[in-house]
Amino acid sequence: MTSTAVVVGASLAGTNAARTLRLEGHEGEIIVLDPDLRAQYDRPPLSKEFLAGNLDPERIMLQAAKEDLGLDVRLGTRATALDLIERRLSTQHLDGTLEFLHYDCLVIATGASARRLPDTAGVAGVHVVRTVDDSLSLRADLEAGPRRVVVIGAGFIGGEVAATCRGRGLEVTLVEAMPVPLERALGAAMGEVCARVHIDHGVDVRLGTGVERLETTHADGHERVVGVHLTDGTFVEADVVVVGIGVTVNTGWLEGSGLTLDDGIVCDDTLLAAPGVVAAGDIARYHSRRFDRSFRIEHWEHAIAGGEAAARRLLAEQRGEAPTVFDPVPWFWSDQYDRKIQLSGRPEATDIARVVHGSVDEFRFVTMYGREGRLVGVLGMNRPRHVIQLRGLIEEGASFDDACARAESM
Amino acid sequence: MRVVVDFDLCESNAVCMGIAPEIFEVRDDDFLYILDENPSESLRAKLEESVQRCPKQAISIAED
Repeated sequence: MTSTAVVVGASLAGTNAARTLRLEGHEGEIIVLDPDLRAQYDRPPLSKEFLAGNLDPERIMLQAAKEDLGLDVRLGTRATALDLIERRLSTQHLDGTLEFLHYDCLVIATGASARRLPDTAGVAGVHVVRTVDDSLSLRADLEAGPRRVVVIGAGFIGGEVAATCRGRGLEVTLVEAMPVPLERALGAAMGEVCARVHIDHGVDVRLGTGVERLETTHADGHERVVGVHLTDGTFVEADVVVVGIGVTVNTGWLEGSGLTLDDGIVCDDTLLAAPGVVAAGDIARYHSRRFDRSFRIEHWEHAIAGGEAAARRLLAEQRGEAPTVFDPVPWFWSDQYDRKIQLSGRPEATDIARVVHGSVDEFRFVTMYGREGRLVGVLGMNRPRHVIQLRGLIEEGASFDDACARAESM
Repeated sequence: MRVVVDFDLCESNAVCMGIAPEIFEVRDDDFLYILDENPSESLRAKLEESVQRCPKQAISIAED
């Protein structure tokens, strides 16, 4: 008997889930939905080379979307509700068409949306960077040669956008509400190093201050940003403002569905959210046994791994096989200027952070993170080989001291 | 099968080295080196995973 698989979301996690379902034996229909007409594209370039240059959107198509897998990809179609009992989705196409869609198994990969500043919808010059259209719109504003770009939020997206703008020769102010950027992800000491990279590249970095409000002007019937009032009382003139203050998960359509929602879809440790229903990518929350933490990981590689694992979970259910626990060691990278920041594991601000290799002053080093005597993270700046090789030690559950000794001998 | 790397795209993230150290190596100069350009069939799964996980889509497989 063939069955119908529906994948909601055609970005990295959904596309890899659909690919894995097909390649690993799902014989029935595979329907993939996404409201974004430009799907299926890769997001990392949107704040980097796509924003920096003049690449066509076709050039950033997802690797997993390049094969002919006989998928029924329906772009411009949004899932609006889920009925777990009837195994049925309500969908709406951009043209207004409403349709019910039956599924036998379902992958939910609707991801997240960029958070925006309140009351800034429709204000020209104010941007987020999440979709191809976002990046194209920002790119057009950058090509117009703004006198200054203000980036709000010195996280990884904000840092990348700041670097790309400097690469275009633009003046940049980077505003961060916390006293140290990236403290939650990397700890205070390493966050401070990341801030210095920007200062060294001529960015006006403002830490420990938030945004009071935007200053706008009205011309030709349009409201346009002209500057930012900060909570420390200062004012920064800006023709372009880029907001990188995190994301909110796209779970609104699942309210009342019976799935457990808690800043994501709560899954078991095999990514199963309900019988026949799995989640993957930015939206999936699961318990990591390895780190003894509830995880919702927004990394690029995690979306691939989660998409694959979610598909395999459905196939295991169909075949009556034992499911596999999903618990990979997270890994991501961020390119800023000529620096490559990479992180394996999941450090926390209270972990021990020890530089074991290279020099933070030269922005070329490896830092190990320890918690309760165990290695939980490896940060590298321009040390890709070390980060990848030491990732294996996190997988092995190595002790912090052994791992540091190993890293120092590399 | 033959390993093809587009070195114009490669940014030495070293993901491939983590998956298939028999084939790929990023050295201290931060450049990627191909250790085995014609790997045996037993390495196909690792090579295919490297293709999928390369953040720059710089790796492909030529069948010749």
